[in-house]
Amino acid sequence: MKKLINDPSHVVADALRGMALAHPELRVDHDKRIVVRSDAPVQGKVGLVSGGGSGHEPMHAGFVGLGMLDAACPGEVFTSPVPDQIVAATQAVDGGAGVLHIVKNYTGDVMNFEMAAELVAAESGTEVVPVVIDDDVAVQDSLYTAGRRGVGVTVLAEKIAGAAAEQGRPLAEVADVARRVDTNGRSMGMALTSCTVPAAGHPTFELPEGEMEIGIGIHGEPGRRRVPVAPAREVAEMLVEPILADLDFASGEGVIAFVNGMGGTPLIELYVMYAEVAAILEKSGVPIARNLVGSYITSLEMAGCSVTLLKADDELLRLWDAPVRTPALRWGV
Amino acid sequence: MADGLDLSALESWIREFARLVADRRDELTELDSAIGDADHGANMDRGMSAVVTALEATPPTDPAALLKQVGMTLVSKVGGASGPLYGTLFLRMAGVAGDGTLDAETWARALRAGLDGVVARGKAEPGDKTMVDALGPACDALDAAVAEGASLGEALRRSAAAAAQGRDGTVPMLARKGRASYLGERSVGHQDPGATSATLLVDAAVTALAPAGG
Repeated sequence: MKKLINDPSHVVADALRGMALAHPELRVDHDKRIVVRSDAPVQGKVGLVSGGGSGHEPMHAGFVGLGMLDAACPGEVFTSPVPDQIVAATQAVDGGAGVLHIVKNYTGDVMNFEMAAELVAAESGTEVVPVVIDDDVAVQDSLYTAGRRGVGVTVLAEKIAGAAAEQGRPLAEVADVARRVDTNGRSMGMALTSCTVPAAGHPTFELPEGEMEIGIGIHGEPGRRRVPVAPAREVAEMLVEPILADLDFASGEGVIAFVNGMGGTPLIELYVMYAEVAAILEKSGVPIARNLVGSYITSLEMAGCSVTLLKADDELLRLWDAPVRTPALRWGV
Repeated sequence: MADGLDLSALESWIREFARLVADRRDELTELDSAIGDADHGANMDRGMSAVVTALEATPPTDPAALLKQVGMTLVSKVGGASGPLYGTLFLRMAGVAGDGTLDAETWARALRAGLDGVVARGKAEPGDKTMVDALGPACDALDAAVAEGASLGEALRRSAAAAAQGRDGTVPMLARKGRASYLGERSVGHQDPGATSATLLVDAAVTALAPAGG
């Protein structure tokens, strides 16, 4: 294992130290292990809290700031945060209008956020509403599984719900916006290589030279199938077609198209992929209203990408365009 | 010893569970790397080490306080799915345990309450290839032993045997909960790590609470 680390068990703490130094506009509480927007709690504004295992940077701490999250709770690498962190984050951002929890659909994340919400309810009157994101079309049958995983749509939901909260909308409306993003968004990912969890020291799975995994999760969970490496054009088809088959994207006012890098893939390849994705969408009669290309929800050093499409309407596009100022997403300010 | 579990017997049970988890850490992780994310051994060991440290720092004064402390420590130290699940198990047991000695019947009720908590939290049903598949049979065997008027030691041995059988029974199952469920058919043929650690919990009770002849 070759990594730029000091000690596998200190990776999260060391990274948070660097993040605090690089971003003095954020408040990093190293004891409680939370990252909070420096002006929190913003009085009268709904607070947005998200969190999950570390290793997906810049998600979630990189999305803390004006127009997006109020706080993030980073867990150990690929392990959900504990309820204490989520409770501390919820209290830190409670400006009197309630708090929205944005939770990716993984068994551990859902349970820890649920326990945190119960603890908050027992300790204070703060109203907490959870919205669970489950957009990964690679998981086919949710009757017999833990359900679809929360992946790329999480980034879009945090941005769009964050903008709604920044406008001063009430908790129920902000939650409704986040749910609409989840309902209208779908993703599919692929990997060219595995990733190595620092504490494990060896690759999470074996992927022979010349093969790729289609439908991979962001922790190296297996996908739909393993196939020989193919040109970007064919990879784009393997990712976009299941998404288009799952939801009617052609009937809307266009999509937000998001091509995401898994951590080990250079931007030049992501642009190659974006060109292919755009060509397929044009052929399918799905106009692209907005796009995002870059590595925003990663899986350590895994090489690969994911495609996310969000069926947008005027309101979602206005919220997408609204100002945002965070370490990883920044425009309009 | 008397046919009951007092505070010190329950402490021995917790320490024995911590020892077994540390001993079998690599095995738990290995099982988890086959169908999960390869952290069950590390997470449980981190949690149970914290539990033992907390027991020494703030010795609890009665069984309910002990179980509550164990549950709260696991919830705040473990993360993932096993933190809330094991945490809930101990917290629900605390609700039944009270402040005196537990007889076989109370122990059976406490473990059943713990299992109910796990089911409520994780929404797993028997046959989903989870810790429920070890704990469920363990509770059923305890209830049966209590109904027959078996001694506490005998009841604990029967529940441990039932847990082990339940654990082995997870091998051919298709996972329907947690990360293993993403594997679908590929989860078949692997022993569930959660059912394995849950069996250690029941085993620990036999070792710690039922000396030979108990």
